Formats: sequence, structure tokens, C-alpha cells
Amino acid sequence: MNALKQYIDLFDEYRDLIEAQSPALLNTLRISAREQLETAHLPRKGSEDYEATDLEEVFSHDYGVNLNRLPFDADPGETFHCDVPNMSTCLYYSSNDAFHSSPTAERNIGQVVVEPFSMAAVDYPELMTAYFGKLAHMSDPTVALNSLLVQDGLFIYVPDGVIPERPIQLVNIFNAALDMMVQRRLLIVVGKNAALKLLACDHTQSPDYRYLNNQVVEIVAMQGATVDYYDMEESTPLTSRVSSIYVDQHEGSNVLIDGITLINGFTRNNYHVEVNGEHAETHLLGMTIASGEQHVDSHTFISHNAPRCNSNEMFKYVLNDKAVGAFAGKILVKPNCPRVEAYQGNRNLCGAPTAKMYTKPQLEIYTDDVMCSHGSAIGQLDEEALFYMRTRGIGIDEARRLLMQAFVADVIDGVRLDVLKDRLHFLVEKRFAGTLSNCAGCMQTCRPNNNNQ
Amino acid sequence: MKEIEKPEKGNQIIEEAAQAEYKYGFVTDIETEVIPKGLDEGVVRRISALKGEPEWLLDFRLKAYRHWLTLKAPTWGHVHVPDIDYQDISYYAAPRQKKEGEAKEIDPELKKTFDKLGIPLEEQLRLSGMAVDAVMDSVSVKTTYRERLAELGVIFCSISEAVKDYPDLVRKYLGKVVPYTDNFYAALNSAVFSDGSFVYIPKGVRCPMELSTYFRINAAQTGQFERTLIVADDDAYVSYLEGCTAPMRDENQLHAAIVEIIVEDRAEVKYSTVQNWYPGDKDGKGGIYNLVTKRGLCRGDHSKLSWTQVETGSAITWKYPSCVLMGDHSVGEFYSVALTNNWQEADTGTKMIHLGKNTTSTIVSKGISAGHSQNSYRGMVKIAPKATNCRNFTQCDSLLLSDTSGAHTFPVIEVGNDTSVVEHEATTSKINEDQIFYCNQRGISTEDAVGLIVNGYAKEVMAKLPMEFAVEAQKLLSVSLEGAVG
Repeated sequence: MNALKQYIDLFDEYRDLIEAQSPALLNTLRISAREQLETAHLPRKGSEDYEATDLEEVFSHDYGVNLNRLPFDADPGETFHCDVPNMSTCLYYSSNDAFHSSPTAERNIGQVVVEPFSMAAVDYPELMTAYFGKLAHMSDPTVALNSLLVQDGLFIYVPDGVIPERPIQLVNIFNAALDMMVQRRLLIVVGKNAALKLLACDHTQSPDYRYLNNQVVEIVAMQGATVDYYDMEESTPLTSRVSSIYVDQHEGSNVLIDGITLINGFTRNNYHVEVNGEHAETHLLGMTIASGEQHVDSHTFISHNAPRCNSNEMFKYVLNDKAVGAFAGKILVKPNCPRVEAYQGNRNLCGAPTAKMYTKPQLEIYTDDVMCSHGSAIGQLDEEALFYMRTRGIGIDEARRLLMQAFVADVIDGVRLDVLKDRLHFLVEKRFAGTLSNCAGCMQTCRPNNNNQ
Repeated sequence: MKEIEKPEKGNQIIEEAAQAEYKYGFVTDIETEVIPKGLDEGVVRRISALKGEPEWLLDFRLKAYRHWLTLKAPTWGHVHVPDIDYQDISYYAAPRQKKEGEAKEIDPELKKTFDKLGIPLEEQLRLSGMAVDAVMDSVSVKTTYRERLAELGVIFCSISEAVKDYPDLVRKYLGKVVPYTDNFYAALNSAVFSDGSFVYIPKGVRCPMELSTYFRINAAQTGQFERTLIVADDDAYVSYLEGCTAPMRDENQLHAAIVEIIVEDRAEVKYSTVQNWYPGDKDGKGGIYNLVTKRGLCRGDHSKLSWTQVETGSAITWKYPSCVLMGDHSVGEFYSVALTNNWQEADTGTKMIHLGKNTTSTIVSKGISAGHSQNSYRGMVKIAPKATNCRNFTQCDSLLLSDTSGAHTFPVIEVGNDTSVVEHEATTSKINEDQIFYCNQRGISTEDAVGLIVNGYAKEVMAKLPMEFAVEAQKLLSVSLEGAVG
């Protein structure tokens, strides 16, 4: 069985339609993607770097694909209000893979460009041509599949020296009355000494259908740029997500990527960071709270290609019920890159006998004057701490919850946006309390139509 | 200001060490019986016939050979094993034995070889009270102290003798821990293994002396495929040492061994290796490809298996001494120092498979890379869902002594339940310049300082080695590092 075949056949049959509905630039990658997929296989469980994850199974389902770019009836801005209290953002929506902006989006006009590819290809052809598809590796079959079928995407550009007043929030919503797969694609270019704070969250509105989000994000951080990318998933047990984030860091840039999975079905997050300039700083944070049969797999690769840069990774998992967690991370320091400091940490709590955790932290170092380390631990809550709390009249469930919250707190504390930090503490608290069952749970606490902050 | 003079002795040691390079690189000129190069079923049958083996063992070899034909050499290691022409190797080389009647006397040339290596084969010359099985090329040459051990019921002999004298025991245990289907090199070894050591410690016996095997490849264009089988019955204890050397040759030679250990209830086995196969010259020419499968099965409750290894030799090392912790409360340990210099490549580590409840394991791995070498730790800790209350601690540190060398760690951890705790830590850095400066200030040359610091760094593992080996291993570390500084 090769699940990719159905997509290659689909492309062959509807190639004209796909290309007609897409900006010309996107069509340039399709031939090489098609060639790549011809001989490729999706990794199965047990393949290198896929110890616990079977992509073949995820992609083999018969999903619908919206090749005709049919608009969905509802305007997500009307039906969905996910506004973080006290946080004033410029809000954008993507319904499946079509982008909409909300009235708040105008707040950063003149500072930041946020456009669908179809517009950006006309407005910023040089930038699009220079950066689109340049970072993502076509050798990864999921990236090749995205390149084969993608018809639109979102382009975010912060010009040199611009520091926008407000963060950008991108709400991705799955909403279709059928099983569906989308190819989301983002291209983010942050100019010299510019800054960007982006909060993306994935939601699913219909819990009865199977959705698959095959996402590719390319981020270019120019000299001295600062990029914060918060990627939160709060979907449903039937939602699958394969996300590949590629980052190119130039001299003195500072990139923070924070992946948070609260509720999901199946998730594979790939982070691929190329540190190409001196004094660049990389922070990769990840937090997963999984129960039921949730499956979360994170794979990170940081390549230090320049001297005197540093990176810091911390991924934390809390697993309950039959949840499966996996983490594989690699730090590579290339020859002649002295004074690199890299730290990688992975801490996991297994809260149930049936929960499983796989971890593979790796170091590959070719320069001697470096400081690199990794640490990984899988364990349980501290019995003594639990006992201490119980002696002070805190019930066992409450005590466990408090300790689990404390366990993930340092990942949340890495967030460089105070209001978001508070919000995450709140969401995590609800998640552990079991009251955050889906987006609806989240919405109850949001203030609908409150766009005046 | 007066210049501080370097201590004379220090210089002397360095000079000695500089000239020493690889002191075991001699070739012994003795008659060797070698079967022609090449590998087919006929060769497998011939090895078996030469050794007068029973039918079942020939069957085992043939099955292994046929399975080997279906396999491809593994490529996942962080080493560059070139395509080996398996038809260009001789699979059996034996120092020619004297005719019947003289058999008890060993060849004087051979004796000289082992004397040079510091292996006292003559029992009356022995001081340390260690029983030795010496294996040259394909066969076991002499086992000392056999009779004294036999009084306690301890069996320590070559595996070919064991096949003849204790066929039931060998048949019961051979291939049970490392089946011939395990991997490419294990299948090859199972097909053509020529000799090795067999140890059986009966119930309740604490082996009174250290058992030791010394392996040496002598003949050119041969491969060495030895097989060691150690069985510790209930409540038994044994400490086993393994050492190896080879001559300096321009060609690469293959060493594909298997070690199988079975530990029953409350028994304990301590297995120590000082691996010093010829590592090749400064330009990476020649050297041994050391592609070895070592695994122990802690079958009994409260059993314990401890691996300690000091790896300084071999052009390529591909070796993962592992513990399968099947019995409840069983303990697995792995202590390793791997030093690579010049163009050596080492990919070594361990697997701890926790199957029994309340099992614990400890891994301490110290890698040292110098010159243009690549040194990798690759490990796996797996806790099965039913293996509750297990505990593992892993620490792997890497020290880089040159900017052209590489140090890598590839650990895998799988935990299948909520009562086990697994911890892993790894660091990579170079020698602290402050420490070297401190030593320099006190008149210790940089080279000596590096030697001191490296020995201090590896001390945790060295402390686990038996005394005799610890001294040798410490010297070995300093010699192997020669030329790595500056």
C-alpha cells in the first residue's frame, strides 16, 4: 500500500484545475514535487525518526480535497470569536485553507503585510519568488505533498526596522460537513531589525468528521530580526495534523517557537531550524497535555551553521489514559562553529499505566569549543510532594492537578507575551480540570465581538 | 623570574609514549593452518568438520549461513564501513598444533607472543591468580587453571572443547540470547565462528578467580569470529575479563564476535573488556573493523549483569553490549570509556530492555574524541508495559580534544507504563582551559595535563574495572591520546 498514490492520481487527473485556481508561483514547484513523490513512501511506525508514528495510516484515509476552492457559507469572523482577553491583536482567520481578515486586521496596516498568496504574488513578486519553497525540504514526502496540492497560503512580511504595535493572531478553523484534508502554507519574512509576534491556533468546529491538516511554514528571520511564533492546537480527537516548520536565521536574529497541544487526535510537529548567522538565538518550546487516545509526536532539528550562536529547547509532555507521546530532537554543530551553546531538554510525566512515551534526544557535534547538552526524563509526580499537599488538606486530584500545572509552567513562562502567558495558564488549568473539552469550552470564556481592546 | 623546569620524568614518559604508538603491533612467525579464502556452504561444512562438530551444530551453522545470504550489512551506524568483500577473507586460521602426544606442550613461539602481550600462560609464573583462555586467530590455544576450577564445578574452556565435553549445556544455551537471525554480523558469526570461551558457573558457586580471555588476530587476511558463552546458574558469581590485540597491517581486518551471557536467579556476572585492536596508522590506513554483538539475559529474579568496557582500539567499532532484564528485580549496568584518535570511528553504547518488574539499570558512557575521529554513543532504554517500577539512569558525556573530531549521542527511550522512571543526561564540551592553565602553572605540560584530566574524566568507569585491567586501561588512555594535543 502506498497512500501517496491516491494523491498523485488526483493531481494527474485534476492538474489543470489545481493550477488554474492557484497563483502561478505555486505551480512552479509541482513538477519536482510530483517527481519526488513518485518514489517516496510515507514513514511507517518504526522508521527512522518515526518510532511511534505511522503517517501512512494517517494519509491513507479517503479525505475530500477542495480543489475547486469552493467558498464555505459561513464567515468565520461571524461564527467564531476567539479573542484572548486583554490582548489586542490583528485577527485573521483561515477557514480550512482559505484566508479571511477581520476588522481588527487593519490595526497594523502600513506596518505589516498579511496577504493570501494570490494577492502577494502580485504585490510582492520578488519576495515571493525569493523565499517561497526555498526552505522546506521536498525530500520530506509530506512537504512534497503539500507543494503538489497547495493552492493558496498566507504571506506575512514585516519590512526592515518595523516593530508592529500589535501581535498578529491567526485562527485556523476546520469546518466542513465531510472528511477533509487541507494543505496549509505560510511564508513569513521578517526584515532586518524588525519584529513579529504571531499567535496561530488550530480549531475544529465539527467533531464528527475526520480532518487532516498538512501544513508547511517557512520563516525567514533577517539580520537582527525577532520572531515569536506561538502555535496552539485545540482540536478534536478526529483531527490529524502534520506540521513542518522551517526556519532560516540570519546574524543576530532571535526566534522563539512555542508549540502547544491541548486537545488533538493525531499530531506530528516537525521543527527544522538552520542557524546561519553569528550571535543568533533560537528558542524552541513545546508543551503537550494528552489524554484519551491523543497522539503527539514532535521532531526538532537545529543545525548550527555559524559560530557563536545559541539554542535552547524544552519540550514537556503530560500523558494520561492511552495517550502516546514522542519526542526526537537533534542538535547539529557543523565544523568550524566554535562557541556554540545548545541545550535540549525533554521532560515527561506518564500518568497512566497505558500511556506511552518515546524519546530520542540527539547531539551531533563536529566542533570542539562548544557547550552542548541534553537531558531527558520520563517519570511520575513526586509522591512526597503529593503527600505534603494532602497533609495540608488538598485532595489527591487537586494536588495532582496543581503539580502537573507546575510541571508545565516553565514552558508557559518562556512565552514572551504576558497576556498570552496568563491566558495559557488559564487554559492549562481548565485542561487539567477536564473542563476544556473542545473549542466551545474555550469560547465560553472569550468575549464575543469584543474587538475594541 | 625563574623558569619552571618541566619534570624530567614527564618528558621521558611522553617520549616513550610517542615512540610506543601501538606496542602490540608485532607479528608472530608461527606456522598457521589457514583454509583458502572465500565463503560458501562448503567452507562452513569444512570449518565444522575440522573441529569435529556434531550434526546439530553444523545444522545451526548452515541455517545461519543461509539466513546471512538474505541480509544486507547495516548502514545506520555513524561509521563508514566500506563494502567488505566477504569472499576475500579466510574464515579459519589456526596456529598449527603439534602431533598427538606433544599436544600438551604449546608452541614456544606462541608462548613468546603471549608473554609479550603480558599473558602469563605458564601457571607457575603466575602471580595474579587469574585463569586465562588465550585465543589466537581462530582457535583457543591454551586455558590455564582448568583443573583447579573444575574442582568447584566451574567449567572454563574453549567453546570447541565444550561442544565435545558438554554438548547438552552448549546446545541448551547457544544462540538463545543472540539468535543467528539477530543481525548481519551475528548471522555471519553463527555460520563461521571458530572458537571462543565457554564458562559455566554451577549453582551457588562464587568463582574464586577472575576468568580472562585474550584474543589476538595474528594471521594476515583472516577474519576473527569468536563466540563466547557464559552461563551463571542460580546464586553464582563470576568476573570475566576480555582483552584483545592485533598486529599492525596496512589492510583492514574483520572481527565479528558474539558474546552471550545468561544470568539465572540471584547470580551475578561482571564482564570487563579492554579493547585494543590495532586502530590503523595516523592516516587511517589499516586497522581492525570491530563489529560485535554482545548481549546478556538476566533471566533470573535478582540477577545482575555488569558490562564495563574501555574501547581504545579498532579502526571502526560497532558494538552495543546489552542487557535484557527479564527477571524481576534484576539489575543491568553499562560503564564505558570510548577513546578515538586519528581517523578512528566508534559507534558504541548499550540497550537496556526492561521486561521484569522492579528492574533497574545504569548507563555511564564517556566518549573522548581526538584527531579526525568520530565517536558516537547510541543507546536504547525500553520499558515494557508490564515492567512496573523500573528505574534507569543514563549519563553520557563527550569530550572533544580537537576541532576536527566529532562527538555524537543517539539515545532512544521508550517507556510503556506510569510507574517507571527514566532519566537521561548528556553533555558535550572540550577540556576546560582553566584546568589546563592550572596544571601548566604548576609545571605540568599541556600533554600531561590532558592525560590527567582525561583519566580523571574517565575515573568513574575505570573504578569499575578489576585492578589488573584498570592499570592497563589507564596507560592505554594516555598512549592512545599521544599526538592528540596541540
